[in-house]
Amino acid sequence: MTESENRDYNEFIKGIWRDNPVFVQVLGMCPMLAVTNSAINAIAMGGATLFVLVGSSFLVAAFKKWIPKQVRISCFIIIIATFVTIADYTLLALVPVVHKELGAFIPLIVANCMILGRQEAFASKNTVRLAVMDALGMSTGFVIALFTLGAVREILGAGSLFGIDLFGAAWEPWVIMILPPGGFLTLGLILLVFNWMTQRKQMFMEKVAEAQRSDS
Amino acid sequence: MQELFWIFISSMLINNFVLTYFLGICPFLGVSNSLETSFRLGLATTFVMLVTALCAWVLNTYLLIYAPYLKVISFIVVIASTVQFIEMLIKKLSPALFRALGIFLPLITTNCAILGLAIFSTNRGYGFAEGITYALGAGLGFTIAMVLLAGLREESELSDVPALIEGTAMNLIIAGILSMAFMGFAGLFSSA
Repeated sequence: MTESENRDYNEFIKGIWRDNPVFVQVLGMCPMLAVTNSAINAIAMGGATLFVLVGSSFLVAAFKKWIPKQVRISCFIIIIATFVTIADYTLLALVPVVHKELGAFIPLIVANCMILGRQEAFASKNTVRLAVMDALGMSTGFVIALFTLGAVREILGAGSLFGIDLFGAAWEPWVIMILPPGGFLTLGLILLVFNWMTQRKQMFMEKVAEAQRSDS
Repeated sequence: MQELFWIFISSMLINNFVLTYFLGICPFLGVSNSLETSFRLGLATTFVMLVTALCAWVLNTYLLIYAPYLKVISFIVVIASTVQFIEMLIKKLSPALFRALGIFLPLITTNCAILGLAIFSTNRGYGFAEGITYALGAGLGFTIAMVLLAGLREESELSDVPALIEGTAMNLIIAGILSMAFMGFAGLFSSA
């Protein structure tokens, strides 16, 4: 791998695990919780966010020289809002059923702080190529997070995945999981697992460091 | 009149913006560490919501019937400039209030509860009086949720919490339990 390919790869991969927008940075929570009562809704929301984030990162990185510093936030927001409008009307034309389910939450992608955060922190300071890689990585991480939450909630709350029945008639669905409290509880528990894994990794690294010290 | 009352109760308790629609989660989790600031932020948000409802009604009546595709862009631009304008106005008229609100005033622009309010009330076709009532209820509901979580968090500071669960994970679980409690309001009236 050449150096620039390596850099691309790094920018892409960091959003998936190390800097995962949802599990690590705790950004973009509103759409995250609101539309994840089924796996298919989660995927649709993730797809729309991916489109908006990649599109606006591309434009912001391409126009960064012409955007005056003082009004940059407003410019970013207008660019984001344009892409959100495109995504809104595209979903309405292609999959009206899903669009109806997601309802007002598609326009609300504008207020997703993760998207504005990436423009401010990354796209406005880097080349188009790196900005797109970063946006792709971040939104893939976001899609994975949405899908995890949506799948857990749908399996427990409705006993199905993508609408396909998993457990048969004997399964008593945990209705609470597809209702609002289930969203908070599931995300809280997933964050707990993440904390636990980070803590274990830290303890492991400390042990390694200690072993190295005692060796020398 | 009766209908307005139900809109108010519904947006405040039954369909609480934070605990049922998951709007405004960022400030809800981010700045709810003290009762005092949560209460102030809640009131500031209520105020901005009232102004936004007014603007949304004007836009909806005079602009969006001709160009519905401008909805998202026009709302976000109007909200951002209104918040900026209110900030300057308060600074000029009452410096004390301005200091009390501090950084929270500009941050309200990125609160999705504000944009959500504008979109929900236009989607439901609310008129002027209904829109304002809806905004008042939603704002007070947001304040109630913030104050409740802040109170619980202040208590948890004093108790012995396992290090693993501390922080966002615990706040989310607390919010889940609060949300369950708010589901109890769903039986208040049948046509929610």
